[in-house]
Amino acid sequence: MNTFDPSRIKLDFPILQRTVRDGQKLVYLDSAATSQKPNSVIQAERDYYETCNAAVHRGAHQLAEEATDAYESARVAIAGFVSAAPSEIVYTKNSTEALNLVAYAFSNATALHRASGNPPQDPRFILTDEHNIVVSEMEHHANLVPWQELCAKTGAQLRWIPLTDDGRLDLASLDSLIDQNTKAVSIVHQSNLLGTINPVVAVMERAHSVGAIGIVDACQSIPHMPVRIRELGADLVVWSGHKMLGPSGIGFLWGESEILDSIPPFITGGSMIEIVQLDHSTYAKAPKRFEAGTQMVSQAIGMHAAVEYLTALGMDAVEAHEHSLTGYALDQLANVSGVTVIGPTENVARGSAISFTVDGLHPHDVGQVLDSRGVAVRVGHHCAWPTCRRFNVPSTTRLSTYIYNDTSDIDAAISGIVAAQEFFGVI
Amino acid sequence: MDLNGLYQEIILDHYKHPRGKVVLEAPLASAHHVNPTCGDEVTVEVAADDHGHLVIGYQGQGCSISQASASVMAELLEGASVDESVSVREAFVAMMHSQGNSEPDEDVIGDGVAFAGVAKYPARVKCALLPWMALQDAEIKAGLMAPKEETR
Ligand SMILES: Cc1ncc(COP(=O)(O)O)c(C=O)c1O
Repeated sequence: MNTFDPSRIKLDFPILQRTVRDGQKLVYLDSAATSQKPNSVIQAERDYYETCNAAVHRGAHQLAEEATDAYESARVAIAGFVSAAPSEIVYTKNSTEALNLVAYAFSNATALHRASGNPPQDPRFILTDEHNIVVSEMEHHANLVPWQELCAKTGAQLRWIPLTDDGRLDLASLDSLIDQNTKAVSIVHQSNLLGTINPVVAVMERAHSVGAIGIVDACQSIPHMPVRIRELGADLVVWSGHKMLGPSGIGFLWGESEILDSIPPFITGGSMIEIVQLDHSTYAKAPKRFEAGTQMVSQAIGMHAAVEYLTALGMDAVEAHEHSLTGYALDQLANVSGVTVIGPTENVARGSAISFTVDGLHPHDVGQVLDSRGVAVRVGHHCAWPTCRRFNVPSTTRLSTYIYNDTSDIDAAISGIVAAQEFFGVI
Repeated sequence: MDLNGLYQEIILDHYKHPRGKVVLEAPLASAHHVNPTCGDEVTVEVAADDHGHLVIGYQGQGCSISQASASVMAELLEGASVDESVSVREAFVAMMHSQGNSEPDEDVIGDGVAFAGVAKYPARVKCALLPWMALQDAEIKAGLMAPKEETR
């Protein structure tokens, strides 16, 4: 195997060759928001439009056949990437949509059951005001707001697993938080704000011991480490393609077929049906059950190229590279006076998203000074506002790395932070 | 990129030494505005003196641009009539929406001219406008001005 060489990998990414802010080299440290795309992904989308663009699963012509074939082989590749079966992979717009699909499965099943009086297809998805749903205090808004909405609609109670001061789940009260009335437990695998990698298996085990549905938000883990999806211990897992070299506009829901086939569809319309009468319809089995309307074909095909790219690198190697880069970044940040990392400072069960504050400086100003030097980072609450509140910070600056980053990128960020301190006169 | 063009001395000075950052004893109304993308917050309070002129107080936390803007605004509009505050705000807002292509009038917006460079950075325009929008809201709530679509 070749040694992992980010400087070679960089050459595969056209955007990383451009300059920003008056001719400076782009240092991209915002991959937790979205990753950049290699040539092969861009080319795959282009090839599709140049050679076989057509609506999939409709039409009898050769283009439709080829497009359908490419769309479905992408599913096989994506399933293979996480050791799942293709029929267990549902395409969604992104993980936000996938999480909404799941939350709506509960509210739709509950509403249908109440309106019809018929026994539910899967009683685990029926909610009353006696029930509760458990998330954590480090969830992205995508894994929080849909559950708040669901609780508002059904009267169920929302609970959250608290955090320790070093940014880990505080599992001391897990057994009382997840109780006999818990119907869903939805937890992030790797936090986009704190970087923490959570012991999801233990949480999912507790969920299953009370008969609750277990959901894992793997948005920040599947792009960065090898994941065999069943080993997470969840019933349903979501992630997004654009954070793992793929195009925007495609995300994934994995689920056991037994569950996917028993929950009501989320978005209804063309392509997801079995038989349509004027007054009612029956629905296809998963994954088509959840893929209504004309689908994102070019994105699926781009995604196929993305998982091939990552597979060729080897996810073990990707994980090892990022682990060492994270360790380097944590060490360098620790050397800058006035910098406080929000989240685990020990490079154990920790991913590459690193949030921090700088004494006397607002993250927006830190980000602006970094940007003036060509260094792209994210500032703000990172769609995890309650997590910021937990750590008494209005927002943070976050650097996050991927396969194309190396220590020189971290060094550029570190000197930018010091430059910001100098510019604002806080050191 | 010219950091000094964005962060003019006046801005840094107001950021480090905010003016008018006080809590009013008997505000007629207050308005709390947040910038949901970055979490900047400002609460602006208004009252009127015997002549109907503005008394302004504010509290806030956020970046240098939002906090300096609040300080500039409070200093500039303290004691102004409501009509004056409306026209100054209109001038400030117009400058912020000009993408950096306006010639702001220092006689109207005072230290506010320092924000002309900020107008070139779309992500920061909201920061600069935050306190001004909060003041408008507070004036409406206090019944000092009619609720109207004054600004975008
Ligand atoms: C942990 C986590 N969950 C969910 C999301 C939402 O992903 P998307 O915006 O692709 O729907 C993100 C992305 O920001 C994330 O980092």
